[in-house]
Amino acid sequence: MTLDVAWAVDWVRRTAATVTEHRDELVELDRLIGDGDHGENLARGFAAVLSKLDALEEPPAQIGDVLRLVATTLMSTVGGAAGPLYGTAYLRASKATATSVLDSEGAVALVEAALDGVVTRGKAGPGEKTMVDAWTPAAAAAVEAADHGAPPSEVLASAARAAQEGAEATIPLVATKGRASYLGERSAGHLDPGARSSALILAAAAEAAAAAD
Amino acid sequence: MAERWARVALVLVSHSRALAEGAAEVAAQMAPGVLIVPAGGLEDGGIGTSFDRVEAAVGEAAADGRAVVVLTDLGSAVMTSESVLEAVEPDVAARVRVADAPFVEGAVAAGVTAHGGGDLAAVLASAHHAGGTFEGFTPGEGDRPAVDGAAGGSGAAAADADGVVRASAVVRNRLGLHARPAAVLARALAAYDARVRVNGANGASVLELMKLGAGQGARLEVVGEGPQAAEAVQRFVSAVEDGFGEE
Repeated sequence: MTLDVAWAVDWVRRTAATVTEHRDELVELDRLIGDGDHGENLARGFAAVLSKLDALEEPPAQIGDVLRLVATTLMSTVGGAAGPLYGTAYLRASKATATSVLDSEGAVALVEAALDGVVTRGKAGPGEKTMVDAWTPAAAAAVEAADHGAPPSEVLASAARAAQEGAEATIPLVATKGRASYLGERSAGHLDPGARSSALILAAAAEAAAAAD
Repeated sequence: MAERWARVALVLVSHSRALAEGAAEVAAQMAPGVLIVPAGGLEDGGIGTSFDRVEAAVGEAAADGRAVVVLTDLGSAVMTSESVLEAVEPDVAARVRVADAPFVEGAVAAGVTAHGGGDLAAVLASAHHAGGTFEGFTPGEGDRPAVDGAAGGSGAAAADADGVVRASAVVRNRLGLHARPAAVLARALAAYDARVRVNGANGASVLELMKLGAGQGARLEVVGEGPQAAEAVQRFVSAVEDGFGEE
């Protein structure tokens, strides 16, 4: 089983649905240690992606085309740091997926490219209570699953599980990057909203892959 | 139009439209020959940084083969600017740099250097150097800080044995060495192959000149070195003594 353009489009639709469904949760997480706009921004951004996707006269030829549309739209519509961070993640992922189908190695390359984008743009490393804490274990889990011969849907499912575990592991951390770092020690005890939304995005990827199987 | 602007343009990226436009206004007054494009706020005028607005501003600034230095205010302004550079054509991205510099001071310093004909590296260096402006510079060996000039008049430029030209001037205009005159002096000195220090400050740096805080009556000790030191120092002294055309 491989991942195709229809999967990529379904991933985007499921992402738009899940960030809208979890909007209030993300708003609350961000209100505690940030400026409270993460949920609104992501929901608005992915709604804009959907309307652009629906306006296309024919489906994109490559998975990378879908991800590039997500990248440019998020950069344009999502204020704050999340726009450029996710925008760069999707932009890098789109460059790694200039193809109509992805096998397990391709799925790994997608997740690794997204991690690379977040790290490059945010200049954060693991353990700083950011999106990186979700994407780093996700990439490691994807590599491990592919090495064990898992199909693409399993690679994404492993990545999604690891991302959620990574997000939950941000709770005790003290933020040293981003808006939450202004709070210092007081940022400990809260789930990082960017890590949480990253886990939601990867979960949507895995669900779309499972539905395609 | 292409001939009208200096070869390096500036893009000012702020979370606020008013802040970007205001900084552009300040910098443009001191560097009228430089294309300065503000890119502040979101599309709807709200607070934030817009990829589209920054992308459009970079496109406008980089037109006609110009190089571009981008000044940013806070966190995501940097990320948005870097994202734009990752998305634009590589031949455009190759001549655009994001400065790690304070927003207003960097814009002014970069603008004056660009106005004086500086290339991309020089304009970027000016912006970066502006970061140290408010840490307070240390007057150089043998230079004196601004002192009350009541005790003496001005001295003509004269070269000593080792080719160093020294002169002094007394600030005549009522408002002193404020922003506009500082920019006039820095721009004038950019035309000469000479290094000029004024009470220890770099005479080619608008911000260092302003930081001298030289008011009416202050004496400026001017020291020039280099092939055109005498001309540069003379030009500097004349401008000060003329009160910069102000009352």
